[in-house]
Amino acid sequence: MPPQVQIKGIREGLLITVPDGEWPNVQDDLLVEVDKQADFLRGAKLILDVENHILNAATLGKLRDMISERELSLWAVLSHSPTTEQTAQALGLATRIHQAHPEESSRPLETNLDGDEGILVRRTMRSGHILEHPGHITVIGDVNPGAEIIAGGDVVVWGRLRGVVHAGAEGDTKSVICALDLAPTQLRIADQISIPPQDRGETRPEIALIREGQVVAEPWSPRSWER
Amino acid sequence: MVGSVITITSGKGGVGKTTATANIAAALASTGKKAVCIDADIGLRNLDVVLGLENRIVYDLVDVVEGRCRLRQAMIRDKRLPELYLIPAAQTRDKSAVSPSDMVKLANELREEHDYILIDSPAGIERGFRNSIAPADRVIIITNPEVSAVRDADRIIGLVEAEEKGPAQLIINRLNAGMVERGDMLAAEDVLELLAIELIGVVPEDEEVIVGTNRGTPVALDSKSKAGQAFRNIGQRIQGETVPFMDLGQESGFFDRISKLMRPGG
Repeated sequence: MPPQVQIKGIREGLLITVPDGEWPNVQDDLLVEVDKQADFLRGAKLILDVENHILNAATLGKLRDMISERELSLWAVLSHSPTTEQTAQALGLATRIHQAHPEESSRPLETNLDGDEGILVRRTMRSGHILEHPGHITVIGDVNPGAEIIAGGDVVVWGRLRGVVHAGAEGDTKSVICALDLAPTQLRIADQISIPPQDRGETRPEIALIREGQVVAEPWSPRSWER
Repeated sequence: MVGSVITITSGKGGVGKTTATANIAAALASTGKKAVCIDADIGLRNLDVVLGLENRIVYDLVDVVEGRCRLRQAMIRDKRLPELYLIPAAQTRDKSAVSPSDMVKLANELREEHDYILIDSPAGIERGFRNSIAPADRVIIITNPEVSAVRDADRIIGLVEAEEKGPAQLIINRLNAGMVERGDMLAAEDVLELLAIELIGVVPEDEEVIVGTNRGTPVALDSKSKAGQAFRNIGQRIQGETVPFMDLGQESGFFDRISKLMRPGG
């Protein structure tokens, strides 16, 4: 269900919040809600929070008039948009109330990331062990020859990878496989299969990914995971 | 007395399970411990041959399980070591003649009168393996320094963990120091690096083992044999003693590295 027009009481009056969307539709919804709650609203000071909607003088003036027609008074308009704020001020409406944007303080900062689903396994994966997950898979420990990992997303092995790994098993060619020691029996990313060379020289963390349609392994370097 | 049940297994055939069982049992019995070994390889018995007791068999494991004889009647006393007994496998039946719970029951009965009950597991991961593992207090995995044997050992270690019988201990059998030096054979540390379990013995390749097997005399009873010494050391380590690993003539410092590798595994 999409967000709706909401009305709630705050110290300064009744705060009306509106959803995102095309303004004419939002305005219709708003007026429907106001009419529905006419008894509740009568005599109250209305504060309208339009958030990101940008309203010009004509639009806002029209809205104010329509509210007045219902014998209600619009006292303040809150907005994230300086344009809308200026418009409201020009129409003689307040744009700050004492408890400005009561939701703002509880709104999380935009630095919280969501991430993707995955699983973590901390053990030695031995011959015959199979690990499957539609998301990402992280293993802390060695993946021995004969063990198999099948992930919908990326695979990270914090240890020696000597078994078989299939990343992006449902076709995601952007999936990567990384290991502290990447010495697998076979690697697969999406529908590409690669049999790594036997002799790899020194042990170092590597990342395997698809470049130009082929699975390649590269030494780990800053930003090598950026795809 | 509450004896300890030790199952010797490998996954792959031909790596030396039966030879190791016979020799470890002989090593334990030669230090005065009461030891009984059970040949769980029903249908393909040969622990009796390795111990030189083939001609004394009257009853076998399946006869005990099916109630045709008392346990005591199926236990063959060794001709050299009075504390060593063998319960032979049936030759004419298959693994399904015995169930894991039969093995648990049998082992519990034997625990009362013996210090060590050694079970010689058949190759594979099917019924015979399950039978052998069921009563185990500890499991010894035996492998050769060969990629295929090590792969199977790794699989078996995983299965032993899944049965909550771990952590298993490891014997590396038939190590040829010369071949390791030339780079033609996996070194013990290569095997340990992969399997990451506690090492309880490294047995060198030794022609005396084959001679002893053919004669029915375990090399553990031959004080001059290097392999025999390795098996006697394993017997002592099983009893909780700390015995340094033999110098098999490999590159210097090798066993220091083994002992370093062993520590994280316990």
